[in-house]
Amino acid sequence: MLRSDSTIAAISTAPGASGIGIVRISGPDAFFIAEKVFHPKNKEKRIKEQKSHTIHYGWIFDQEQPVDEVLLMLMKAPHTYTGEDTIEIDCHGGIYSTRRVLETVVKAGARISEPGEFTKRAFLNGRMDLSQAESVMDVIEAKNENALKSSLKHLRGMVYSKIENIRERLLYEIAYIESALDDPEHYSLDNYQESLKHTIDDIINEIVKLLSRSQNGKLIREGIRTVIVGKPNAGKSSLMNLLTGEEKAIVTDIAGTTRDILDEYINLNGISLHLIDTAGIRKTDDYVEKIGVEKAIQAADDADLTLFVMDSSTEPDDNDRYILKLLNDKNVIILYNKTDLAPKVTIEEIQMDSSHKVIPVSMKEETGIEELEREITEMFFKGNIAVNDELYITNERQMNALKDCVECLRLVQNGIQDQLPEDFLSIDLRDACDCLGYITGETVGEDLVEEIFSRFCMGK
Amino acid sequence: MNKKIVKEQYDVVVVGAGHAGCEAALAAARTGMRVIMFTVSVESIALMPCNPNIGGSSKGHLVREVDALGGEMGRNIDKTFIQSKMLNKSKGPAVHSLRAQADKQAYTTEMRKTLESTDNLTIRQAEVSELLYECTNNRTAITGVRTFSGAEYMAKAVILCTGTYLKARCIYGDVCYYTGPNGLQAANYLTESLKKLGIEIVRFKTGTPARIDGRSIDYSKMEEQFGDEVVVPFSFSTDPADVQIEQKSCWLTYTNEKTHNIIRENIDRSPLYSGEISGTGPRYCPSIEDKVVRFADKNRHQVFIEPEGLYTNEMYIGGMSSSLPEDVQFAMYRTVPGLENAEIVKNAYAIEYDCLPARQLYPTLEFKTVDGLYSAGQLNGSSGYEEAAAQGLIAGINASLKIRGKEQIILDRSEAYIGVLIDDLVTKENREPYRMMTSRAEYRLLLRQDNADLRLRKYGYYAGLIDRDTLDKTEEKKKAIEKEKKRLEETFIGSSDILDAILTENESPMLKSGSSLADLVKRPELDYEKISVLDPCAESAPKDVMEQVNIEIKYEGYIERQRRQIEKFQKLENKKIPENIDYDQVPSLKTEAVQNLKKFRPVSIGQASRISGVTPSDISVLMVYLKKQ
Repeated sequence: MLRSDSTIAAISTAPGASGIGIVRISGPDAFFIAEKVFHPKNKEKRIKEQKSHTIHYGWIFDQEQPVDEVLLMLMKAPHTYTGEDTIEIDCHGGIYSTRRVLETVVKAGARISEPGEFTKRAFLNGRMDLSQAESVMDVIEAKNENALKSSLKHLRGMVYSKIENIRERLLYEIAYIESALDDPEHYSLDNYQESLKHTIDDIINEIVKLLSRSQNGKLIREGIRTVIVGKPNAGKSSLMNLLTGEEKAIVTDIAGTTRDILDEYINLNGISLHLIDTAGIRKTDDYVEKIGVEKAIQAADDADLTLFVMDSSTEPDDNDRYILKLLNDKNVIILYNKTDLAPKVTIEEIQMDSSHKVIPVSMKEETGIEELEREITEMFFKGNIAVNDELYITNERQMNALKDCVECLRLVQNGIQDQLPEDFLSIDLRDACDCLGYITGETVGEDLVEEIFSRFCMGK
Repeated sequence: MNKKIVKEQYDVVVVGAGHAGCEAALAAARTGMRVIMFTVSVESIALMPCNPNIGGSSKGHLVREVDALGGEMGRNIDKTFIQSKMLNKSKGPAVHSLRAQADKQAYTTEMRKTLESTDNLTIRQAEVSELLYECTNNRTAITGVRTFSGAEYMAKAVILCTGTYLKARCIYGDVCYYTGPNGLQAANYLTESLKKLGIEIVRFKTGTPARIDGRSIDYSKMEEQFGDEVVVPFSFSTDPADVQIEQKSCWLTYTNEKTHNIIRENIDRSPLYSGEISGTGPRYCPSIEDKVVRFADKNRHQVFIEPEGLYTNEMYIGGMSSSLPEDVQFAMYRTVPGLENAEIVKNAYAIEYDCLPARQLYPTLEFKTVDGLYSAGQLNGSSGYEEAAAQGLIAGINASLKIRGKEQIILDRSEAYIGVLIDDLVTKENREPYRMMTSRAEYRLLLRQDNADLRLRKYGYYAGLIDRDTLDKTEEKKKAIEKEKKRLEETFIGSSDILDAILTENESPMLKSGSSLADLVKRPELDYEKISVLDPCAESAPKDVMEQVNIEIKYEGYIERQRRQIEKFQKLENKKIPENIDYDQVPSLKTEAVQNLKKFRPVSIGQASRISGVTPSDISVLMVYLKKQ
């Protein structure tokens, strides 16, 4: 498989306001890759020939295109963090050029590391104390859990179903070939290659379209995960509509009209926000209210930023105070809504329970929204909230998996052109399918057997 | 009261004389073990109670591998086949597969002759009803078996090859016989003994079609199916000249809507649909009623009429296995063109039997919880004569190696279909009888039927079933292949009249500059044979060497890719997991992973990674944990 290359790369600085980002490369091809992308100031310098633990100044180039001015540190195995040949690139151009550097490195042959992979390699290569084993295991599981969570959370909808659909079509073709190979007297492959060629051309087109459309938007849209919580009819949907400028959420006076979580991406002064409107508490009996509260807390837990909408025209109850307490150590802005009505609670009273910023607003009269926008922008530039880097990485992994898939499918095309027998085409089709399975989290093995038995009627 | 009983001592007891039992007994006896093989009927040795053929896609590979390791199946079918075909000849070399129609009676007789002329091997007609064992220091070890009549046969190893006989039940319609296949006596006691040992048992089912008197068949309404003009033998030790015999034909006909209507109208009378049969049947080999229900849009299904042998008129009705009532069977078969007047000799029936989830076994086929007890064949949840033979051979070899104090053999997925078969059986939860398929072998480009000798002779030699001379010849062949490959890569030729003629004839582009012979072989429209005229040295290589060279050069890119994948695969395979690992003590491992790892107790990280519910991050965690230990 294409993705089995064993030189890995990742951004190793925490995302945030810091100006320097570090891209780390580890593995047998680290120096070779560095040679490809790094143009030292002294043009005579050969990276591979440099001494271990030396620093070099120059530029990262993507082909002819300069990407960033960097310092490159070279460290030879085994005296490195992972115990392998390692390159560290200090990028100066902020988070976005750090990402461009990572993309360039990947293009040159590195693979984006799996969650926790650097640590795992360090440990397996004996670079860590045995006593650290347990924390290493925790890191691996936790990081994987996280990555999975974020990929499933964000890869819903159109993109996911498209990838699923393509995978199913490929699986069908493989199953057809395999059935015919296993039972040649029942299934014939005469003239099959022609129809396969059409299918593959079609699928390649679809993936290429998917990739090109996502050049800017990306497969997973990034954004600060901003969750709107609050009691029913507090004005959550109205806030969503005001911020998106569209009638997306259904707004009525009847409590509990937002049926599902609504998603929307907005751009606020150049900052991308992923807005999520949670369903409120639908019924008034205690049990359901409890679930509602838990739901709100969970949503806020996953969020980078929580907008807590309070209805100032009603008396706050225990739930409001409970939620406020739980949100204490999170990024929260409290919206004091319905200032157009007579207040039953004052801002001062709210701030007795919470230290978060309270902004008075009226969704009805559309006042206070500008102040909210200003506050969010300020939080971002102060570095209090940040874009989720995990998401960016997941996105990159998935883009690469799609690109690999196309490469495998091109091999199928070549195979058809070279009149290779179908059992060879099946090998590349399977690899293609595995690339997509990497995104959807499925493997071909058992799926294929299942597909063969359910679709094709076999012998005896 | 002291009852006098027969008590004898052997090295190895084999329970069952089917395809697994025969290979197991022969392998053990030929490697110097004193072996006794039990069967409920000596007449049913190496019986083929279902389809009258050996081999077929991927199963042909298994037979080749059995042969390369020193097993008997390949030689036996070469002596007794009546038609032979290489399947998938127009496809890649990896999926070429031999299939031969057998003369069933001859197959049985020939195998019995071989068994009877093998030193150290005793055949005994008796039903084994109980396993004997002893427990010391928390380990249970097998010590022998007891027969229904009370006789005790002590042994260092026992190999269970009970096939479909355990608590067997044959059913069609509401008729039910408590017998094994073909009316043979079932084995009704051994299951309880296995359960007593803590072994988990499940129930599977399979089925067979009717046999019809050939004289009542109108072949003029069917398509004749011939064997190959030039027959390739199964065994590497059979002289190809010996298998160029006069062959029998098979016949092809089809079911139709009339057939399907009869089935649909009576489907409620099928024991499968009424719930009378609870066992899980194989989806790859469905009964005709299953096909009609599950593939309702197909208006016809193929029916292959195959001779059961030269000694009989009986014809096997391939594609129409069934457990419908007798009257429905009569009506149904007679709707098929050519079978209008069919006289049924034997009814179709379904058979239900006890078998065991093979995760209870090591990949050596020895039970994890009972020292010296092995299990092979359909008892392990597989189906097919070839799958059974392959397991029987491995169990026989390993029981013998164990007794001789040598390391047992585990073939891995990159070495043999046998490796894939056993690994799948012991690593996966199989919910239906397991059949070999080429798509299950991820490295199939290298696991070809044509190179089984190159892959496996060394193991046969290690086991003691292949002699030094044969091994040396195989090694020489390997060297010759490498040498010849190198020569083709290093021999360059330029344009010439003969070359141009060959290129034109094969519609191949003209050479613009010099080319190596290897590069010419790589062209899709050319091969080694076509260009051999250009090459004065070509004739020096033997035919089987030429074949290997052609394949390896032609498909070099793909073969190289699989070689690299195999290297990675073997790294994980070689990371062993200690037997006494306590998965509850591994921190951070997810609950589902812990449960499944405890259930399967894999021997290596590689095997662990194939268990369902175990994720790559669980594997990483496990590797870190093992490193710490």
